[in-house]
Amino acid sequence: MNFDFSEEQNQLREALVRLLDRGYEFARRKQIVASDAGWSRDIWRQLAELGALAIRLPEAHGGAAGTAIDTLVVMEALGRRIVVEPYVPAIILGAGLVSRAGSDAQRTRLLPRVASGEQLLALAHDEADTRYELARIATRARPDGTGYVLDGQKTVVLGGGAADTLIVSARTAGEPGEPIGVSLFLVDTHAAGVRRHSYATHDDHRAADVTLTGVKVAGDALLGPAGGGLPLVEHAIEQGIAAVCAEALGVMAILVDLTASYVKTRKQFGVPIGQFQVLQHRLADMLMRVEQARSMTYLAATTVDSSDAALRRRITAAAKAMVGQAARFVGQQAIQLHGGIGVTDEAPVSHYFKRLTLIGMTFGDADHHLARYSDLMARGPTPAPRA
Amino acid sequence: MDLSYTADEQRFRAEVRGFLQTNLPQDLRDKVLGGKHLGREDFVGWHRILHQRGWSTPNWPKDFGGPGWNAVEQHIFDEECADAGAPPLMPFGIRMVAPVLMAFGSRAQQDRFLPRIRSGEHWWCQGYSEPGSGSDLASLRMRAERRDDVYVCNGQKTWTTAAQHADWIFCLVRTDPTRRQQQGISFLLIDMKSPGVTVRPIVTLDGDAEVNEVWFEDVEVPVDNRVGEENQGWTYAKYLLGHERTGNAGVGMCKRWLKAVKRIAAEQRAGGRPLIEDARFRDRIAQVEIELMALEVTHMRVLAMELKKQAPGPEASILKVQGSEIQQTLTELMMHALGPQALPFQPAALDAGYTGALSGPEWAVPITGRYLNHRKASIYAGSNEIQRNIIAKHMLGL
Ligand SMILES: Cc1cc2nc3c(=O)[nH]c(=O)nc-3n(C[C@H](O)[C@H](O)[C@H](O)COP(=O)(O)OP(=O)(O)OC[C@H]3O[C@@H](n4cnc5c(N)ncnc54)[C@H](O)[C@@H]3O)c2cc1C
Repeated sequence: MNFDFSEEQNQLREALVRLLDRGYEFARRKQIVASDAGWSRDIWRQLAELGALAIRLPEAHGGAAGTAIDTLVVMEALGRRIVVEPYVPAIILGAGLVSRAGSDAQRTRLLPRVASGEQLLALAHDEADTRYELARIATRARPDGTGYVLDGQKTVVLGGGAADTLIVSARTAGEPGEPIGVSLFLVDTHAAGVRRHSYATHDDHRAADVTLTGVKVAGDALLGPAGGGLPLVEHAIEQGIAAVCAEALGVMAILVDLTASYVKTRKQFGVPIGQFQVLQHRLADMLMRVEQARSMTYLAATTVDSSDAALRRRITAAAKAMVGQAARFVGQQAIQLHGGIGVTDEAPVSHYFKRLTLIGMTFGDADHHLARYSDLMARGPTPAPRA
Repeated sequence: MDLSYTADEQRFRAEVRGFLQTNLPQDLRDKVLGGKHLGREDFVGWHRILHQRGWSTPNWPKDFGGPGWNAVEQHIFDEECADAGAPPLMPFGIRMVAPVLMAFGSRAQQDRFLPRIRSGEHWWCQGYSEPGSGSDLASLRMRAERRDDVYVCNGQKTWTTAAQHADWIFCLVRTDPTRRQQQGISFLLIDMKSPGVTVRPIVTLDGDAEVNEVWFEDVEVPVDNRVGEENQGWTYAKYLLGHERTGNAGVGMCKRWLKAVKRIAAEQRAGGRPLIEDARFRDRIAQVEIELMALEVTHMRVLAMELKKQAPGPEASILKVQGSEIQQTLTELMMHALGPQALPFQPAALDAGYTGALSGPEWAVPITGRYLNHRKASIYAGSNEIQRNIIAKHMLGL
């Protein structure tokens, strides 16, 4: 075993921290989220220049062919500044899917422009009844000549408003709930019949509901095998889970820091409130949860690129369950220990809390993943991670 | 011992329910049950309707024009009002300053203020906390200097709930800076229209504006507006805090929210079935239902004891801690029941009559914000850490 980050990874982290220290202080973030788009193309361009958008992309398409550990480094840095730019939907989900499932032509068309920051992707999968059960998809794709016609409604598509191209899951066969028959399609957001309603989420990110009415796509819009899209979506969501767990580490590290320094300076009863043992223990509990969450996140990052789907499924469920529980405790206690200040919009702590809360609700909450893990556990022993 | 409702109590419940059915305006009910924003007029309007029936001050004894209800009757009234979707009664007048005036106010103060609290003419707010004095309230610094027959007040209060609507504020002020902590404090009633009073909103994390800073610059307050003795304000303040905590159990509201959680879980689908059929989620609802069932009885026990002793004791802290934690659990369960639909932030849709675009069902809009907002419940009215300190010290002698 080796717990060290590589030289390149350390450099990447430092570069990101420098960029965000300069361009993403809390006041600047406020301006960005108050803008019409709700995110900054300028920051996106700078992330592209650093190579952060291309880190996982294949070398043949302008990428660095990195691993989930590189993603972890990026996401933790983004979490420390609660960056709202659509990195998870566009890069982890969208570009990840195209890298893994795309034809040469699809990769050549999209990925270099992803790397340069000109092309934004998003995954339009969830529907009103999906909740966290990925197979529950009702959107239909009907063959039409050499292409397809898509009809359906997608809800809470992360980064859906900013996207140029959506990856839409739709049934070419089967019924909602069945694992077979889901196909993925690349759909231009300006295509006829695509309607988007875009809005902010509670953590100042953006999402959209997408209605597809008789949307015609060509045959080469099919991404991956016809009817075999679900395992691809599942792997994408696992990558998403590993990414938001890493982001949560960054968010939680800041919350522990903010709270520890607050209790050292806030005085009540003539002493810093950090002298009250109950608060010391609370902070010690917060720190322990973060360390446990960190270990699970490392485990997830070193597993999520594996070709062993059973192992990935198991470890990402465990990681999301544990990080979700840690996020809940750390977020709530950070607010509590700040007292009234903690529930104000003015205090950064409340914004970190909100992001943490929504990370907890994204890609399945802690209860969902605990249940998933528990079911998998009942079916057989935990597979051992392999090198 | 008998924990069932007597025939009289059941008759009383039917009477309250009947009253609510005919007198609670439908649009108001829809706003409350739909989690929409309520304005000053909504609260005051409902207060006036209750006043006409003599029910605007459910905790008051008959001597002061209240209904003189016992603990069980007060509980039934609260439960029925919450269930019907009536706006909550603002506690600052009826549950906070009024008991202090009844116990310690002059006859003139009682005659002047109590009827106006009852009628809804005066909206009150609570000026206790200051930026440097939250948990350690006795360190407060707002100054009141006696000059002939007025106090000249300077300083700042903060976290003042609903100050933007208030006509009057009751303040703890320092009248003798030479005496330590609890000793130099007095209890003043201040007209919010007095020259030198400024209210500035504080935006909370859910984007709402319910709390404020209140600034006082050379505000002149007649000495007649001092409650009780000069420099004895701390005694009255503590008396009030006990009443505040008892009122914070919020059993009626929690029961309504519990119903809401069940309804949402029946409507939301997970794995193609209603979420309520998921045993894990249902267990969580069952757990909080049991806790609430216990709190309901504890609440009535404490209320009954209070009515006998004429003053709340440290037991009120139990209600505050348990009540706030149950509220927080319920708001969290509602959010989790929504799944991915918990994410959209749609504040414009919190105004009644909103007709713009929406993501998800309209009833889901207030839910996540309510969870975020209710982190306050374990902070205000004395944080839950402070309540546990009180229980340890005064009930356990530690
Ligand atoms: C939404 C809201 C509405 C409010 N409305 C009003 C109002 O209308 N009028 C009014 O006067 N006030 C109001 N308050 C203020 C409220 O009473 C205070 O926020 C509360 O007393 C805590 O004080 P603080 O915020 O200064 O936190 P602090 O006192 O600074 O506490 C910070 C943390 O330290 C902990 N702590 C402090 N002392 C101890 C100790 N001895 N042992 C262990 N832990 C300790 C606290 O529990 C908390 O976790 C409101 C507050 C909120 C959030």
